[in-house]
Amino acid sequence: MNVLEFSSLLFGTSTFAGLLGALTGLGGGVVIVPALVLLFKVDIRYAIGASLVSVIATSSGAAVAYVREGLSNIRIGMFLEVATTAGALLGAYLTTKLSSHWIAIVFGVVLLYSAYPSFTKEPESLSASKPNALATKLKLNGSYAGSVSQERYSAQNVPVGFGIMFGAGTLSGLLGIGSGAIKVLAMDQGMKLPFKVSTTTSNFMIGVTAAASAGIYLFRGYIDPGIAMPVMLGVLIGSLVGARILVRSRVTTLKVLFSMVIIALGIEMIYSGLRGRI
Amino acid sequence: MAPITDKQLESAIADILRFGVVLAAIVVLIGALMYLHHPLVAPPDYSHFHAMPTELNTVAGVLHGVLRLDAKSVIQLGILFLIATPVVRVVFCIIGFTRQRDVLYIGVSTTVLIILTYSLFRGGR
Repeated sequence: MNVLEFSSLLFGTSTFAGLLGALTGLGGGVVIVPALVLLFKVDIRYAIGASLVSVIATSSGAAVAYVREGLSNIRIGMFLEVATTAGALLGAYLTTKLSSHWIAIVFGVVLLYSAYPSFTKEPESLSASKPNALATKLKLNGSYAGSVSQERYSAQNVPVGFGIMFGAGTLSGLLGIGSGAIKVLAMDQGMKLPFKVSTTTSNFMIGVTAAASAGIYLFRGYIDPGIAMPVMLGVLIGSLVGARILVRSRVTTLKVLFSMVIIALGIEMIYSGLRGRI
Repeated sequence: MAPITDKQLESAIADILRFGVVLAAIVVLIGALMYLHHPLVAPPDYSHFHAMPTELNTVAGVLHGVLRLDAKSVIQLGILFLIATPVVRVVFCIIGFTRQRDVLYIGVSTTVLIILTYSLFRGGR
């Protein structure tokens, strides 16, 4: 295989990963890492390096629209980024301490966890509007344009949310993913924020979280231009196309189908990790 | 400085994010075209991790490579622009919160910036 064929194949796969990531709402990172490791036999450290770069591109690209619409809460995002960036430093540090078998196993478990919500009913919105004393002090409240009127919300359980965010940041730094599923869990279920606000604020935070470990990845040589280039461009294009499709059509069946692909990838990652093949 | 509304801050943040991603993508694409100028050479072996030549791992090294018109360095430069985008976004937030005289969030944003700066300049060592 020559460099043109290798780059083209990687670009095609990344475009598909970006598409899948956008349609399932999981982000391109969770698809591209197993694809690189299992299909292209790329060392997992190069895979997470390239993935992290693509994660910054897609989340920043998507954030443009969400921020403009006033859906992402900048203060809540900024406050929780203290936890995610600190966690990301820890995660990036752990990549040097853990063997690639272990990274693969943890990755597989996160894949299985991420795919799980696609098979359950959408969780009830538990959003609360009653002001919480700590949240008010930290200005963690706001409002967004709901279906009927402007709806107000106020964060609850701030320390719990902050703690989960630290964990989300650690996994992001360890696995080169955005860990959007866990960020949404922290805000939606933990802090009782409206689902729409949780998903868009999560997306807003992913870029900064990833940037915190990207510097470390770069110095360690995890970000190889020969891999990062086709992956970044492919995932970016794939996720832009995916976002368009998502606006025009409901994709419940596709979502379940894709989630099965992700479960298969997760099982394969765990199995390969345990067998020591990664 | 006149105080700004949250709406104006959001709009400025959206602009900087779009600018950063577009700039990064264009630079990476230029690097890609240079990189694929010799399409028939074999790709490096990626199946085992080996530390790269250090010039691709540091900002100074990448800039040197760009001056030599080295394709891989141009790609890395685009990636550096991409990594810088969220960092610049945090700087924008600090400026915005300063103009709103929101002392609490000036502190919060500055903490995030310190963590990011630490990672970017001290991370690998």
